[in-house]
Amino acid sequence: MDIKDFLAQKREVVLKRWLELILDTYPADAANFLRLEKDRFKNPVGHVLTQGTGILYDALLDEKDPDDIKKALDDIIRVLAVQDLMPSQAIAFVFQLKQAIREEAGQAICGQDLFDALSHYEVKIDTIALCAFDVYARCREEVHSVRSSEIKTERDMAIRLLNMLKRSEKQ
Amino acid sequence: MYLSYSIILILIIIGFSYVAAGLLGCRVLLGIIVPYAAGTIFVVGFVYRVILWARSPVPFHIPAVCGQQISLPWIKSDKIESPHTSWGVVSRMVLEVLLFRSLFRNDRVDINKPERLIYGGNRWLWLGAMIFHWSLLVILLRHLRFFIEPAPGCIEVLQSIDGFFQWPLPALYVTNIFIFLALLYLFGRRLFNPQVRHLSLLSDYFALLLIGSIASTGILMRHFYKVDLMQIKRFSLGILSFDPVTPEGIGTIFYVHLFLVSVLFAYFPFSKLMHMGGVLLSPTRNLMNNSRMKRHINPWDYPVKVHTYEEYEDEFRAAMKEVGLPIEKE
Amino acid sequence: MAEEKLKKPEEMFDVSLTPEAGDWMEPAVSFRKGTYCYGAPLKHQRYLDLPNQREWQPGDADWKLPPDWKETILEGMERLIKRHRSFRLFLDICVRCGACADKCHFFIGSGDPKNMPVLRAELLRSVYRRYFTPEGRIFGRYAGARDLTEDVLKEWFYYFFQCTECRRCSVYCPYGIDTCEITMMARELLNLVGCNIQWVIEPASNCFRTGNHLGVPPHAFQETLGFALDELKDLTGIAIEAPINRKGAEVLFVAPSADYFASPHWYTFLGYLMLFHEIGLDYTWSTYASEGGNFGLFHSMELAKRLNAKIYAEAKRLKVKWVLGGECGHMWRTLHQYMDTFNGPADFLEEPVSPLTGTRFENARSTKMVHITEFTADLLYHNKLKLDKSRNDQWKITFHDSCNPARAMGLFEEPRYVIRQTCNHFYEMPENTIREKTFCCGSGAGLGADENMEIRLRGGLPRANAVKYVKEKHGVNMLACICAIDKAALPPLLEYWVPGVGVCGVHELLGNALVMKGGQERTTNLRGEPLTPPDEATDVR
Repeated sequence: MDIKDFLAQKREVVLKRWLELILDTYPADAANFLRLEKDRFKNPVGHVLTQGTGILYDALLDEKDPDDIKKALDDIIRVLAVQDLMPSQAIAFVFQLKQAIREEAGQAICGQDLFDALSHYEVKIDTIALCAFDVYARCREEVHSVRSSEIKTERDMAIRLLNMLKRSEKQ
Repeated sequence: MYLSYSIILILIIIGFSYVAAGLLGCRVLLGIIVPYAAGTIFVVGFVYRVILWARSPVPFHIPAVCGQQISLPWIKSDKIESPHTSWGVVSRMVLEVLLFRSLFRNDRVDINKPERLIYGGNRWLWLGAMIFHWSLLVILLRHLRFFIEPAPGCIEVLQSIDGFFQWPLPALYVTNIFIFLALLYLFGRRLFNPQVRHLSLLSDYFALLLIGSIASTGILMRHFYKVDLMQIKRFSLGILSFDPVTPEGIGTIFYVHLFLVSVLFAYFPFSKLMHMGGVLLSPTRNLMNNSRMKRHINPWDYPVKVHTYEEYEDEFRAAMKEVGLPIEKE
Repeated sequence: MAEEKLKKPEEMFDVSLTPEAGDWMEPAVSFRKGTYCYGAPLKHQRYLDLPNQREWQPGDADWKLPPDWKETILEGMERLIKRHRSFRLFLDICVRCGACADKCHFFIGSGDPKNMPVLRAELLRSVYRRYFTPEGRIFGRYAGARDLTEDVLKEWFYYFFQCTECRRCSVYCPYGIDTCEITMMARELLNLVGCNIQWVIEPASNCFRTGNHLGVPPHAFQETLGFALDELKDLTGIAIEAPINRKGAEVLFVAPSADYFASPHWYTFLGYLMLFHEIGLDYTWSTYASEGGNFGLFHSMELAKRLNAKIYAEAKRLKVKWVLGGECGHMWRTLHQYMDTFNGPADFLEEPVSPLTGTRFENARSTKMVHITEFTADLLYHNKLKLDKSRNDQWKITFHDSCNPARAMGLFEEPRYVIRQTCNHFYEMPENTIREKTFCCGSGAGLGADENMEIRLRGGLPRANAVKYVKEKHGVNMLACICAIDKAALPPLLEYWVPGVGVCGVHELLGNALVMKGGQERTTNLRGEPLTPPDEATDVR
């Protein structure tokens, strides 16, 4: 069986397993909330995880616009970047896809065939992981930039008033 | 851990009463002394705690408002969720106490149509709680026929409605089934919902198990180990008239039931079960949203150190004068 | 960001990604940069005569607590229990049903179990049981009780300065248990041993001294107001006057100080000035009461009362008839629910009556203070203002109910009415994220410090997420609100989560739309951005 067809067929199973692996990194009670609460407003974290992993999985099978991949990664990592995680933990979810696929594929294909079939996808996953690293770094940068822009807004306001003060003193 | 401890605790309680009543025959102890002691603890404890709450001051006016305030005449205010009359507060409390309004608020939104409210998910907790509490109330009322002679008509009616399904004999009460299902749900929630499990304490499991055991022994008595109801009535009337008699010819199961009830009564004032008395006193629910209309008095108010205008002007007078701001003292 | 200690090579591969489930009773807190606010500076502790004055940071191992700190806390707890029914009751009756668990924005955004309101309260409740209830004294841990240790105290600090006192959980609680009350009490206790944060103490101390959080002295206040008037002259061509400390005016106007010193608050400030000029309101600003906000509320009831005293004192000194209050959140919690009790009765004032419409604000007949959106909505309803809605056409607006006006006052329709009258494009966020169910901005109750950014972004996620939804669905590009903290906190929040959505005040929208008598043709809005020609009005920027 062609691995691509196989993975397309097993989409839901693999995605479910992948999400499980990701949620396992959360405290047990949080994980359950993230898993079960379907309301995107009550559970935004779970929502982006479910949505984002689906898009990434599809990107793995078919050629996708790199921007879409980046956007899906961004949705997920933007959340993880402010969640008390080490950088390694924050992008670990990409690698967990490998594990999810291996577990599923391992039951259907074995030996050299499995190795050959997987290596193609694993290269792709690695590329996504590299991309995830960029996205993570950018999100962290943004955390700091919103912080500094907050300070800057305050400072700008102060300077503006200061300038007005100078002007009025001149008059 | 808490779960297993609470199960052990319940088993000890049941085991103790079984051994004491059935094997050792301490009927006076279990039938008279313990119930009186438990009743006393319950009444004194309950009253003490409610009085303690009721007498605690409410220094500030802090209702949690859940609806449009009364302001301009052409804006429709929410008379119940943001009450500004006593009637509003009473309605709010009635909804809260009888229908668990706040629990019912737990709405959720369809993923695809977020602007539309649909029922789901967390309303289960509301349903479970409603069924549980209402069944408990009906069961308690039904028990009144053991304590009042002759049994009042309304209790008889209630009983016949509850036993509507005349099968098997004696009639199976709907509330018995309901309370059991509700307890099962509430207990299952504590076990299987990780959030709730994480925050559950020993007392949470214990209370559910205790009430569950009481219900089970009650059902067992009614349908399996048939007990002599006249004897029981004689016993309960004796208890009420302070002329207690130990009932004769009643199985051990009755003593187990009675002992469990006594434990519940004695435990009640020390536990979260006191929420029954507390809900009416909650200042976020039983106050009107009228704090700008009517001054609320803080009974323990005391003067505080403030920074007066004079002190303020003293510090800034020169500067104020220079820019032409009006000042009090030259 | 989490920091990891260097590991030995053989340990490197021994990383578990699954945290231990653990028992919440074991206090475990690590103060990582980005997740806590800095401690209060000594200077301001001194100015306010606070207990246990010292230089101190939450990240320090040694918190320099006084030797008898434990007794102090327990005595304080006993006092609070005796003084507040809410506290005693809320400690006693929680059944841990978990209905509140997923209502907290910090829990939703972080997944940290101790951010579930019930567990947040249990942090305190467990200590209460240990020292104040028979079952806790006897059975200890098995009755859910635990000893008060320094670690427990640190945990209190961490989690009670991770609660914005927004009261959302209280709406869903079957007994109305209000985590805000619990948090207020916990903070009072922490204050007894000198544990509070810079972002609370510094504004409070400034406010005590100069009358406002930013420490603006009277002459600088006058200058600032002058700048605003200059700016308005350029914009409208009208020379507007704004009296300060004027005795005998009909109305004293009190706004949060951020309105005249921060952005985008400034434009709301301009809006007020335009409105008051246009209707010819006989009013005055005050330098002594130049702050409506009250950071004392995030410290203790006593400090809240000390700071709040200025408003009535100034109203009395200036002999005004009633007081009008600007757009602010916790300011209105204080004014609506506390001020009359703190510093009333205001028998030297008169029942507020709108001088233009004759409307009596009966809902404020005792406190004698009216919310500006109540006042403006009344004006609009009676057609007292001429408006050009199209000046707000570049914006598709949504309205964020600020926690305090929503859940303390029930102020839902007034601001919406003003928005609908001044804007053409208004879209509501989903039902369970607005009105009494509104989500907090994540920066209230003194947590808006920039060093606390990571927690703020986490806590703001639920709100941002709902904004994102209306952005995607309706092209919303502006969020209106009536809270100074919102106006400061939401811009960075939206910049991170929903770029492209701005933040404005309701009276900024009014200022834009207001057609003033004798005014020149406007080419820009209050922000100096060009007004979009009508044919492009429907485009999303």
